[in-house]
Amino acid sequence: MAKKWLEVSVGGLLVAGVVALLALAIQVSGSHLGGSNSQYQVSALFDNAAGLSPKARVTLSGVTIGEVTSVGIDEQTLMARVDMAIDGQVNYLSLDTSASILTAGLLGEKYIGLSVGAEEDMLVDGDIIEDTQSALVLEELIGQVLLNLGGN
Amino acid sequence: MLVNCLQSLGQWLLRGLGGLGGALIMLLQSVTVVPGPRGWQRLVQQLYVVGVQSLIIIIVSAAFIGMVLGLQGYTLLVDYGSEQAVGQMVALTLVRELAPVVAALLFAGRAGSALTAELGLMKATEQLASLEMFGVDPLHRIVAPRFIAGVIALPILVVIFNLVGIFGGHLVAVDWLGVHSGAYWGNMQAAVSFADDIVNGLIKALVFAVLVTWTALYQGYMCEPTSQGISTATTRTVVYSSLLILGFDFILTALMFGGL
Repeated sequence: MAKKWLEVSVGGLLVAGVVALLALAIQVSGSHLGGSNSQYQVSALFDNAAGLSPKARVTLSGVTIGEVTSVGIDEQTLMARVDMAIDGQVNYLSLDTSASILTAGLLGEKYIGLSVGAEEDMLVDGDIIEDTQSALVLEELIGQVLLNLGGN
Repeated sequence: MLVNCLQSLGQWLLRGLGGLGGALIMLLQSVTVVPGPRGWQRLVQQLYVVGVQSLIIIIVSAAFIGMVLGLQGYTLLVDYGSEQAVGQMVALTLVRELAPVVAALLFAGRAGSALTAELGLMKATEQLASLEMFGVDPLHRIVAPRFIAGVIALPILVVIFNLVGIFGGHLVAVDWLGVHSGAYWGNMQAAVSFADDIVNGLIKALVFAVLVTWTALYQGYMCEPTSQGISTATTRTVVYSSLLILGFDFILTALMFGGL
């Protein structure tokens, strides 16, 4: 009987380890089981993407609908090219959707906010968002304020 | 005078190298054997001793550490109005650093010292010598199942530590201090990556498991067969494994997260 209890408890420990690992994967790191969640790629060109990094959130009306996959320089325009992966279920972003780089809170991380336009046609995989608003750079803002003060 | 100094330095170095070589040979000899059916039973027995019996101390410490992290993180972050980030702070601190290190330190104190004392007493009462007389290799019979059990048990304990700690943080930050539950989990899921953070934490746990179990078994196997010797060996196990854990933690962190 003692031996059976011993073996049962060791088996329980192993099962608890596997279950805890699964719970960590799903609940803590937000991994998805199975490949049912399709995504599509959209890019946007920004004048300035300061502070934006891969894995940053992409939101629509404050709801997260995707994430930034890469941030790089577009070689033709020399602007910042931001690639995003959008949840496949969100297929109602119109062609004239605009993207802006926003900050969560005063010191929070940068994320992308999308707002939908009025076009009938929708964004599909590989499209580029043209209407963009760059990240707020504090130094430039202060510089402008100082310039205006000097003008007065 | 100078010669004496050099001699003692050389003696110390050679003894240290000899010990390291002996430990390496012991490890290689004990793990390069495939356990037979009775070997699996002994492994299960040892998993019970080092794994299941360490569970309570791991769960209790994890809960308290998670709660303290939640509390400290909240009081720090609330000044900047970003107390929503407390979930991400608790999870990253635990998964990357605290869970492997604290669990390994507790494991060294709880299981490592017990292994050393057990082996030391076996040696002092000449049980190891009698096994050899019967033609049974004590490295296979005694050392191997304990080593493998330790290496399996600690990563499992670390995973459980992570989960319990994160729920401990949830208890304080969400249920007590009123951080929004969705923000707690949402920020955590956005910040924690399975491949980078959780897997690296588990690699740390595996390295620490090898270090702790190996140190404990070597100290017990090589201890002086007297009561004084067993006591010294047990102390050494805890001291050496703790120093090894902390030293290797820095190296592993530099390799994994330091961008080297």
